[in-house]
Amino acid sequence: MIPGISITEILTLSTILFFIGIYGFITRTNLISILISVELILNASVINFVMINKYLYPDILQGVLYALFIIAVAAAETALAVAIIFNLYKQTSSVEVKETETMKF
Amino acid sequence: MQTAYLLLIPLIPLLVFLVLGIFNKRIKPAVSGYIGVAGLAAATMLSCFAAFQYFFVADKVNGAYQTFIQKTAWMQFTDTLQVDMGIFIDPISVMMLVVVSTISLMVHIYSRGYMKGDAGYTKFFAFLSLFTFSMYGLVLATNLFQIYIFWELVGVSSFLLIGYYYTKTSAVAAAKKAFIVTRFADFGFLVGILIIGYYTGTFDFEALNNPAGSAIQNWAFTSTFMGLSAITWALILIFMGGAGKSAMFPLHIWLPDAMEGPTPVSALIHAATMVVAGVYLVARLFPMFLFVDDGFVLQVVAYVGAFSSLFAAVIALTQTDIKRVLAFSTMSQIGYMMMALGVSGFDGHEGVGYMASMFHLFTHAMFKALLFLGAGAVIHAVHSNYLQDMGGLRKYMPVTNFTFLVAALAIAGVPPLAGFWSKDEILVAAYENSPLLYGIGVVVAGLTAFYMFRLYFGIFWGKNTRYAHTPHEAPLSMTIPLVLLAFFTSVVGFIPFSRFVTADKMGFEAHLNYPLAAIAVAVGAAGILLAWLFYKTENDLSDRFAHAFGSLYLWTSHKFYFDELYLFITRNIIFRYISAPIAFFDKKFVDGTMEGIGNKTVLLSRKIMSVQSGKVQDYAFGFIGGVVLLAAVFIYLWTF
Repeated sequence: MIPGISITEILTLSTILFFIGIYGFITRTNLISILISVELILNASVINFVMINKYLYPDILQGVLYALFIIAVAAAETALAVAIIFNLYKQTSSVEVKETETMKF
Repeated sequence: MQTAYLLLIPLIPLLVFLVLGIFNKRIKPAVSGYIGVAGLAAATMLSCFAAFQYFFVADKVNGAYQTFIQKTAWMQFTDTLQVDMGIFIDPISVMMLVVVSTISLMVHIYSRGYMKGDAGYTKFFAFLSLFTFSMYGLVLATNLFQIYIFWELVGVSSFLLIGYYYTKTSAVAAAKKAFIVTRFADFGFLVGILIIGYYTGTFDFEALNNPAGSAIQNWAFTSTFMGLSAITWALILIFMGGAGKSAMFPLHIWLPDAMEGPTPVSALIHAATMVVAGVYLVARLFPMFLFVDDGFVLQVVAYVGAFSSLFAAVIALTQTDIKRVLAFSTMSQIGYMMMALGVSGFDGHEGVGYMASMFHLFTHAMFKALLFLGAGAVIHAVHSNYLQDMGGLRKYMPVTNFTFLVAALAIAGVPPLAGFWSKDEILVAAYENSPLLYGIGVVVAGLTAFYMFRLYFGIFWGKNTRYAHTPHEAPLSMTIPLVLLAFFTSVVGFIPFSRFVTADKMGFEAHLNYPLAAIAVAVGAAGILLAWLFYKTENDLSDRFAHAFGSLYLWTSHKFYFDELYLFITRNIIFRYISAPIAFFDKKFVDGTMEGIGNKTVLLSRKIMSVQSGKVQDYAFGFIGGVVLLAAVFIYLWTF
């Protein structure tokens, strides 16, 4: 529906974005970077919601509403995660992910 | 007859026990002594009042004393089989109430002097009260189960009091020995009770003892085992329990060691009351013993009693610990009582053995308690249990000397003291039944007189020992019970016992059998005379005699090596060939399996522990890897 851009390209974009996020989530050792990676994953899914809504049901806006909803939840989740990271920093003076290993005991 | 107030008799000592036990540290020793004595005095007065009411006021039915029962159902098993708790008033239980109360009161008063300054003074009185409560419960039991409960309770109090000096290794060992041996016997008792409950459907003494009741009438219709009916076996097993408590051969080994306890305890528990519980049990079930299997079990009782009596009397000849001599003497006299029960019939004069047994129980309690308390006074003064350390004490302890002499004469059967009358009745009963038992009875009478006067002369006459501290006469709190008991010992023989306590509860007139009495007195006098020759003054006659007997003397002084035999059996046979393999099986196979499962689980979890690294990313990787894998599988399945 968007002139010049097919759904395949957009889906490819969101898939790439998703796996970049996953790669970052698995490989990064800094908690802030991991948080950013999680945001990438969320954004990839948001793009999917909007695009599939646009191509399958052009006359209703449910997918777009979900996208807004996800953005709101992502903001809240980020705030929570940052709060946790701050507290961890207070304890260990670092935001490295390996410091959280001690939490399994 | 009112019976409600009789409940107070066991409850008062229980209350005293609770008060002294709970406020153990907060009560001053002097006060706790008074509390104990006051409680017992109240119980004694109630007991004596009950005896008066029962024998003189309450009406007889058809010339027989009635049985009063007050009970409540405690546990209901089936429609017919239930366990009651209550009180059972009949001649022997009333008589036992008087015996237990009197002796216990005397021992309480005596203990105030004897235990003075002991660290566990209050505890001691608490235990004494516990024992007295249990003994009352045993005496008043209405059924086999109740008697069993209190039977174990007296066992526990006996254990506690034997091990009273718990810092002494020998006392601890003795307490353990007493508990285990009697407990072993009580196992037989329990099995007997269960067999009776299974075949007769009742535990009640009244139902069991009714000669026309189903328990006695139908004994032959129960299943048989090795030629004897189940009820016969049950009675044999019940007698085994009684034999354990009453230290009958071959379960007697605990009694001499039990002398490790304080002397008042020996007087109360191991001479006068608890050890006669076995006799009381047989007397309690007497109609069953007599009528089931035509008195087969009663024959067993008679011969076990007679043999124990002779056996213990022979051992008592050579012991040098004065309390042990008295312990073997107790065993011997209880054997006498058992023998008398064993030769008894039921109706009228045929029941003379039963009457004689109860009479001897009554008189023996008095003079044996007196002997023990006297021995306690001597030990208190000399600080030794051994005859070698004594001698010539008559100059220092006139009251003890006199009361001990009274008791020794009584047990030797010198008229008109208590022992003469009861022993005469026993010998009459034995004479009418079997010459062998009568012969044993006469021999034991002679031996009793001899060893008792060996003891008496050894303590109060004999050599003039020099004492490190001059011995003093015991304080008033100890001599008053001695004098009172000496008084009882002199007079209780004149009670016309056969009018009150008989097997059929009817009473009869007993007459002194002059020829038999003359023989008994002559034998007793011979024993005393021999002891006089041997021990009155220091001489070597007794040593020469001991040498003449040689190995027999050695065997006797080692109690025929029964302790060693039991040790050998338990340690070298039971422990090694039964317990050790079982323990091995338990440790290696039963425990091994369980521990193996546990250990393997721990090992496995150690191995897989590294999977849980604590890194979120590892988990995420696992999760995503899994999703990818599943996705690949599904895509493959869908596409092809």
